[in-house]
Amino acid sequence: MISIYTRRRMVNAINLTFSILAMLFGLFWLSWIVLTLFEMGAHALTLDLFLQMTPAPGEQGGLLNAIAGSLIMVVLAVLVGTPIGIMAGTYLAEFGQGGWLAAVTRFINDILLSAPSIVIGLFIYSVYVASVGHFSGWAGVLALALIVIPVVVRTTEDMLRLIPNSLREAAAALGAPQWKIVTLVTWRVSRAGILTGILLAIARISGETAPLLFTALNNQFWNTDMNRPMANLPVVIFQFAMSPYEHWQELAWAGALLITLSVLGLNVLARFILRR
Amino acid sequence: MDNFSSPFVTVAKPYRDPTDLYKLKTRKTMAASHLASRMKRQRIVDSIFRKIAWFFTLIVLILLVAITLSLFLGSLPAFKAFGVNFFISTEWNPVKEKFGAFVPIIGTLTTSVIALCIAVPVSFGIALFLTELSPLWLRRPLGTAIELLAGIPSIIYGMWGLFVFAPFFAHAIQPRLQDTFGQLPGLGLLFDGPLMGIGVLTAGIILAIMVIPFIAAVMRDVFEVVPALLKESAYALGATTWEVIWKVVLPYTRIGVVGGVMLGLGRALGETMAVTFVIGNAHQWHASLFMPGNSIASALANEFTEADGELYTSSLIALGLILFLITLIVLALSKILLLQLKKHEGKAL
Repeated sequence: MISIYTRRRMVNAINLTFSILAMLFGLFWLSWIVLTLFEMGAHALTLDLFLQMTPAPGEQGGLLNAIAGSLIMVVLAVLVGTPIGIMAGTYLAEFGQGGWLAAVTRFINDILLSAPSIVIGLFIYSVYVASVGHFSGWAGVLALALIVIPVVVRTTEDMLRLIPNSLREAAAALGAPQWKIVTLVTWRVSRAGILTGILLAIARISGETAPLLFTALNNQFWNTDMNRPMANLPVVIFQFAMSPYEHWQELAWAGALLITLSVLGLNVLARFILRR
Repeated sequence: MDNFSSPFVTVAKPYRDPTDLYKLKTRKTMAASHLASRMKRQRIVDSIFRKIAWFFTLIVLILLVAITLSLFLGSLPAFKAFGVNFFISTEWNPVKEKFGAFVPIIGTLTTSVIALCIAVPVSFGIALFLTELSPLWLRRPLGTAIELLAGIPSIIYGMWGLFVFAPFFAHAIQPRLQDTFGQLPGLGLLFDGPLMGIGVLTAGIILAIMVIPFIAAVMRDVFEVVPALLKESAYALGATTWEVIWKVVLPYTRIGVVGGVMLGLGRALGETMAVTFVIGNAHQWHASLFMPGNSIASALANEFTEADGELYTSSLIALGLILFLITLIVLALSKILLLQLKKHEGKAL
């Protein structure tokens, strides 16, 4: 018969061991994925990757048009989504106290934040692509912008709420109208925080594949016409990885490494800015 | 900030003294009227600024309504053609234009449930380690690593799953699973079939690896809410670390933990790329978890651009609507639970 004291100690030891094992289990997958990524992607990471177009089967090539397409669409999506996100976040933090609109929007925004991104693509397809009649870079931009908005709304609101009210009161006591308080005081103080939100949004959309499948589609050639289908890294990776051609798969790994590095880099940068 | 929305409500009237010099009087009136017009302009700018912010907030709100509405309109033809049958039919035949959503719906639910069964205990262990066991110097880097893992795009998980995990799984784990559980009556059915590496079970495992960081991060944040005083009291009474976790921390944060799990479920249900690579994309229903299946998101990703015919497209949009509504409910529940935890926070127990 084991004494109750020993049994309690044993249960404790078993469960804490399990906890440590769980941590190792989590880290195990992380390191396996990252190692694979470097192993498969690193040797394809040559200068050609950035200088040549996506190849036809059996030919040599790089990912230039996909990288350029991704950059263009991400930048435009951020330009479209950020102002809307910042203004809405400002409303939630500064003007909306006690109103129904702020309460409801805050709730809806948190749902949109983790809504399935493929549904966003479906939505843009139904309202834009179907009515225009063709896939296009603009449709991709719209889909990505819809993903940017909730991220920026959330971080902007959180950051503005961190600002002590005494700052706003001081500005108001000097006679500043509210729009000046917001633009010259609160936005300026929380500049780093809002920037972090934008960086996180960029990190989020630069890896998004699902919403681009039905909107920007893909393009094998160099294209800067936003009204035509546009190449982008995630969809190219998807296509190439699923293909039977080995050199396409290699390019897909290189692209995957590229995306992961930039996403991780953006995340680290965001953390760094916030901590300062 | 209603209390200082208009700092200068009243403007002092110009000084009117009959003995005043005419010149001085005009100057004062001019100054006052100048100030008044400036104030007026500022108030107009203020209200415009407010209106813009209000308008953009409304856009966010309208977005959700618009998404639901457009998906609903798009799926009407499918619902009209198949009625309730759409939900229970396993047939998915683009040639005969007969569509049923049963297989993808079940696939979505099965993969998500498998993912949660693996991810919840592991995330709990990780959160426990990060809040109670880890040495202080390790806490920050490990926490950051978990958060970074949450940031890796899902297509990477999918590719890794297809090229690295699936062969390993077919070679090293599936035979053992089949040998161990395959002979059991009932349960054996789940582990029947060829050892291909891809299939419903693989998709569930990849999803689990993907949602572990999400759930672990929420659980860690929630565990940190527990007042140190409570834990210290339990330790002072002689409780072991595990007893403090199980009988103090967990009851205190129960609602938040469930909220975090629901958040992970929401992610798992809507995940596209990680599943599409490894689920096998077959519109057939099998009891075995080793067989290829389909999920709503991967059916959309694979078939939508190639769908011709109104009924085909509409059926796929209907799938999207079902997915959206399921995740909407799950996410709304998780949000409500997490909000409740916040409400209790800071109150004495």
